[in-house]
Amino acid sequence: MSDPTAPDDPAGAHSGPRRVIGTPPPAQARSLMGDGAGSAPPVQRELPAGPANPVRAKKAERVVAAFFILSMLASIGFIAAYIGLEVGSVDAVFRSNLALGLSMSVAFLALGFGAVIWVRHIMPTVEITEQRHPMRSTTEERQAFNQTFTEGAEASGFVKRPLLRRTLIAATLPLAVAPIVLLRDMGPLPGTYLRHTVWRKGLRLLNYGPNTPLRPADFSSPGGMITVVPDGYQDDDDALAMATSIIIKFQPGVLGAPTHMNWTVDNIVCYSKICTHVGCPAALYDEQEHHILCPCHQSTFDAAHGALVTFGPAPRPLPQLPLTTDSEGYLVAASDFQEPVGPSFWERG
Amino acid sequence: MSVERALEGTGGWLDDRFHGARGFRVFFRKIFPDHWTFLLGEIALYSFIILLLTGTFLTLFFQPSMTPVVYHGSYHNLDGVRMSEAYASTLNISFDIRGGLLMRQIHHWAADLFVAAILAHMLRIFFTGAYRKPREVNWLIGLVMFTLALLEGLFGYSLPDDLLSGTGLRITEGVLLSIPLVGTYLQFFLFGGPFPGNDIIPRLYIIHVLLIPGILLALITAHLFIMFHQKHTQMPGKGRTDTNVIGAPMYPYFMAKTGAFFFFIFGILALGSTFAQVNPIWLYGPYTPVGISSGSQPDFYMGFLEGSLRMSPSWTWDLAGHTVPWDVLIPALVPLGLIITGAALWPFIEQWATGDRREHHVNDRPRNAPTRTAIGIATVTFYGILWLEGANDVIADHLDISLYTTTEIARYAIFIGPVVAYMITKRICLGLQRKDLHMLQHGVETGIIHQLPSGEYVEQTRPLTEDEVAELDVRRPEKLPIEAATSAGGVPPRGMRGGLGRLKLAANKVVTESVPIETHGNGYGHGNGHENGHGEHAALPTGSDHGTDEADDGRNGTPGSHA
Repeated sequence: MSDPTAPDDPAGAHSGPRRVIGTPPPAQARSLMGDGAGSAPPVQRELPAGPANPVRAKKAERVVAAFFILSMLASIGFIAAYIGLEVGSVDAVFRSNLALGLSMSVAFLALGFGAVIWVRHIMPTVEITEQRHPMRSTTEERQAFNQTFTEGAEASGFVKRPLLRRTLIAATLPLAVAPIVLLRDMGPLPGTYLRHTVWRKGLRLLNYGPNTPLRPADFSSPGGMITVVPDGYQDDDDALAMATSIIIKFQPGVLGAPTHMNWTVDNIVCYSKICTHVGCPAALYDEQEHHILCPCHQSTFDAAHGALVTFGPAPRPLPQLPLTTDSEGYLVAASDFQEPVGPSFWERG
Repeated sequence: MSVERALEGTGGWLDDRFHGARGFRVFFRKIFPDHWTFLLGEIALYSFIILLLTGTFLTLFFQPSMTPVVYHGSYHNLDGVRMSEAYASTLNISFDIRGGLLMRQIHHWAADLFVAAILAHMLRIFFTGAYRKPREVNWLIGLVMFTLALLEGLFGYSLPDDLLSGTGLRITEGVLLSIPLVGTYLQFFLFGGPFPGNDIIPRLYIIHVLLIPGILLALITAHLFIMFHQKHTQMPGKGRTDTNVIGAPMYPYFMAKTGAFFFFIFGILALGSTFAQVNPIWLYGPYTPVGISSGSQPDFYMGFLEGSLRMSPSWTWDLAGHTVPWDVLIPALVPLGLIITGAALWPFIEQWATGDRREHHVNDRPRNAPTRTAIGIATVTFYGILWLEGANDVIADHLDISLYTTTEIARYAIFIGPVVAYMITKRICLGLQRKDLHMLQHGVETGIIHQLPSGEYVEQTRPLTEDEVAELDVRRPEKLPIEAATSAGGVPPRGMRGGLGRLKLAANKVVTESVPIETHGNGYGHGNGHENGHGEHAALPTGSDHGTDEADDGRNGTPGSHA
């Protein structure tokens, strides 16, 4: 090791006579005659054998031991809490969590405190200086490496035989592409999937939650926003991820351009709920301002005016779903959305 | 127990087979310098180990499956609700497995601590210049690990398939879709078809429990091995130079201290997980693309990306029938890319600008590298504004200001803030350097005023201790190549006259801006005849002659004591 105080032959330190740690080496160990048990060189201590203040260390020892015993008790407590406390209800879980967590914390923290006091008050304070050497290898080492490397390269013929070299590189290139090709079947190609939702002419709008169809007459008064899903798809997450919509009933005369008025029924307008920014459900609605707000990135849409973007990062209005009513008077889609819903994508156009 | 017999019995048996005595002795005598900031990396390391331990426990019970099930478990509020197996098994871990909730909470808190510790550790490395030669490679490894840690965290908290994390995945989908040319394909390949599909949770699971931890483990090993091989840096102090390392040995000191530290971190995480609820997925409910929980906030380390998405104005190009959504692309890729790329290039830019190709093992105090520190604080400001904007709804709510106002402020602050932070920090650093210089020249002001018999008031100063001098005295070593080459009449050498050369000179001027210590001729004494002590100092101060000199200096530097 590079420590200047280290003995030159560390192995020799162990071949000398046994002695109690902390006592000076026997005098005869330094004599040329040796002591009969092998002529070990004198061993110079690097670390003091004991603390500077033995009285304080003795006190600290008791404190450390107390912490270790506390830790042991806490660990036993942890096991007892595991065996003794059942889970299976919210209250029971919280009780168990409290007991297990607290005993575990104490077990670890007591160990930590004990160890730190041990280091600080029982182990003698030392400061050792170790030399650094430049990271760069010496010139001789570099030359030796250079020679070994060159000889190896020459022996292999890698330099002299370009045919070998080039065919080897040619062989590895397609091999490197193979794993990427292997990932191809991770998913289907997108095709035109993102351009359509499951909405089609005549499909009923279900009030999400109770999953009941809606009649315009059910809206007693204008106001809040209702989330609707296509009938038959209420449990199909893939379909809902694109088709989920919202309907809002307005006072007569409030809805204005660019809302498609012929796509509304009785001042009820339907927009896609999927934000055109990155696809979060635009779930918040301010009845006073007619603002639809996406809680993720706060894109804001003017529901009374074609869901135009009034603030935030969304690049487009929420697409409007053409509405009509079926023979029983329920709200249904007149067609699918007339443009892709949700976030931008390269092929969207 | 006889310690002398370490190499008899098992130890001897092992040494017979591995020739370990020599190597382990080196290991045991390895010197570790001490400074509280050196613990930050250890926090990250131990959090990682705790993540592995608690994570293994969680895998015993977690089902990474999106198969829908109807829940009938112990949490009655969700009885009969349709959910994925992943979510149901997470409820199970929380309510039906003893210690499950505790392990889940420790795992989550440890993940937060892991990223926080990495961030703090990186800042420490940056501000003290510990990334300088020969440690550039370890800095780069650290940056890769930081990026992986962010991904690992995002994928991990997405696994329970609750309403909050599912919303995070939905945003991930939107970001993937925004990538030009290949985005749609990437999304379909990652999710195994349209969002949400049935594949994303099992795929994220294997990435989260095997792929990224495996890479992290390999990189941590390399990181620690390099640190061990190059020896730790040390803070400036008495006797500490670029050619030595001063501290306590690995065995028994560092082993005991670091062991204690591991117990502390585990204990504090356990304590936090006992009393501070984190990620209560049962309150969020299972994921459905229809719903969202209001006040959706990701874990803190994703906050800056959330903020940058929020502050982006809507800006989309229609490029020959193709959509280029800059409003997603820029905020999702540019801030992280800017920070990571900038951090990766900085050590090399600094080397290029200063011409400093020497090894550095004594860290800088941040004030002594004003430009570096200012750039660091500007970056922190940039990150901080993004991060605050990620919680702008909470801020708007608490401060009772308009949501939109917070975003408008952030849109300006993101450009102005870092510049202001840079200028202020640089001034502060230079000011602190002047204060240090003042202390070197005049000692420490004690606040004690003496009145001389003549009626004059003098302030008593205390001489600096040797340790203080060692810390404050950062006289620059001999001129670096760039300065040396230009010093003759200010004419740059031939190679420095071109555009790049002029840029290099300009960069050099900015990067090396500091309050000079050496221009005070005979050092920082009072001109009391210590020229030979200071004026000729070319290399770094080397301990003893400096120390005695300074003690002398200090005595002369206390007018009060002469009075």
